Amino acid sequence: MIAYICRRFLSMIPSLFLASVIVFSFIHFIPGDPAQVMLGDQATPERVQQLRESMGLDRPLYVQYAKWIGGVLRGDMGQSIFFHKPVLDVIADRAETSLLIAVFSMILIIVVGVPIGILSAVRCNSRLDQLFSGASMFFASIPTFWLGLNLMLLFAVTLKWLPTSGFPSIVESGDWSNLRYLVLPCITLAAPNSALIIRLTRSSMLDVARADYVKTAWAKGLSEGSVTMRHIFRNSLISVVSALGFTFVALLAGTVVTETVFSLPGVGRLVVESLLRRDYPTIQGVILIVAFVYMLVNLLVDLSFAILDPRIRYS
Amino acid sequence: MNILAVFARRKIALFGLAVIGVMLAFAIFAPLIATMDPQEMNPVDKLTPPNGIYLFGTDNFGRDIFSRVVYGARASLLGSTGVILFSMTLGVLTGVVAGYFRRVEPWLMRLVDVLMAFPPLLLALVLVSILGRGMINVIVAVGATYLTRTTRIVYGLTLKVREEAYVEAAVSSGAKVRDIILRHLLPNMMSPIIVQATFTFAFSLLDMAALDFLGLGIPPSIPSWGNMLSEGRMYITRAPWLLTFPGMCIVLTVLAFNLAGDVLRDRLDPHFRSRIEGV
Repeated sequence: MIAYICRRFLSMIPSLFLASVIVFSFIHFIPGDPAQVMLGDQATPERVQQLRESMGLDRPLYVQYAKWIGGVLRGDMGQSIFFHKPVLDVIADRAETSLLIAVFSMILIIVVGVPIGILSAVRCNSRLDQLFSGASMFFASIPTFWLGLNLMLLFAVTLKWLPTSGFPSIVESGDWSNLRYLVLPCITLAAPNSALIIRLTRSSMLDVARADYVKTAWAKGLSEGSVTMRHIFRNSLISVVSALGFTFVALLAGTVVTETVFSLPGVGRLVVESLLRRDYPTIQGVILIVAFVYMLVNLLVDLSFAILDPRIRYS
Repeated sequence: MNILAVFARRKIALFGLAVIGVMLAFAIFAPLIATMDPQEMNPVDKLTPPNGIYLFGTDNFGRDIFSRVVYGARASLLGSTGVILFSMTLGVLTGVVAGYFRRVEPWLMRLVDVLMAFPPLLLALVLVSILGRGMINVIVAVGATYLTRTTRIVYGLTLKVREEAYVEAAVSSGAKVRDIILRHLLPNMMSPIIVQATFTFAFSLLDMAALDFLGLGIPPSIPSWGNMLSEGRMYITRAPWLLTFPGMCIVLTVLAFNLAGDVLRDRLDPHFRSRIEGV
């Protein structure tokens, strides 16, 4: 198992290299002079030349890449054009909000999506199943920003139960009641993703329910709960965990829209702001980190398969 | 049982078809259905709630929301259709090439896997910022994110179908590669590709609306449902109808395509068909 983990980590290196090349290339796909584009039309030629030199844009591409990736490996992702701070510091300042939203949304998805999916599969084709299937299809079809705006209108503006926007840092204030600012964003982000998990849990359980060993379990006279949870659910967990892994990364990307709707100071909003300000070093940093997280989650999901299904042996 | 009969048997699927029909009618016959010019400003009537004259109310410039919703269908559906054409054409091509030609497979699929590590919306946002705003650029940006998924699906299908006896027979009888791909591989992969196209249509509509909402999609001068929501959010408390109607159009259209995709998958995918029919 340890050898497998090491091998998987090593196999991430070529993928990470390729991802870094793609992220690095973004800046060079910009039509025209990237330094001029980043600083805008109002920038003086001296300032443009200064940026070109500081970012090494006047050097050959492979030298630029080597300098950039060398910096990334040392934890230096360059300077933000807008904030005039190291990119990693800018991202770290915004990470608290995005991580809290992603983690709490994920908890909500697991707590709501998986049990409803199980119930739908157990009561397949019943009225309850039809209700859940219809609701999950509906929520999977809703644009997150529209759902967020409607939730804001109902719970924040009309009923005044929750704040409309913003999020004062818990780390800085130590006030955990600030979590109320994240209730609506988390529901907004979790609803469409829960719908997908409900559908996936249901369909993978129905697939497993047709297996011979499940028929044997029923024939042995085991209780419904035992057959459902120990034989059907456990064996359908691989698909569910795999989907949950991808959902977590989708949540990180989903914060782009949700944080914009609720004006939250997170990494997602940072991406939009940086794109509008053409702060490409910051965008490169965020995207490289997200790609790394995706590969790491992928690895963890793969490793979890060995625990969930004893038939899978890594050698 | 043919597809239409399956749709006819399931009321919810019929509802989906009806919605798609209405939205298509909006898009094609917009000048006939719209009651006013979607760009015409009537400052006197700005932010008027829905009434007999303005069926869906007016926006902050006094423009008729109903007419803008009707014209919005044109931009929104055209965008998603463009995404389908772009991602399906290139995705099928690269998927077949990767699946059939073993030499390019490791490189092509590794690149596809790495590209899939970038969340679609983030990738689309970056591509739009590089290419610039505009309908074509947005189609390319969103289409590129779905291209990788289509490639993955078609690659898997090609690996499966190329092992079939009829393909081996064609190869051993000396058929040209082009004929094998066009006459034997592609026709036997069409069902899952059609199903994938249906879901891609639905999800690309959501992505394009999100890009519009974030201010990085179709230029605001073109009425699209996403642009309307982006403009309407400023008046969320004073004029909630600015959000209600374009939002409902997106939800209904995406829902309709998801329902159609479900029915098509049930019918065309042997795995799902056997489950339904208990084979």
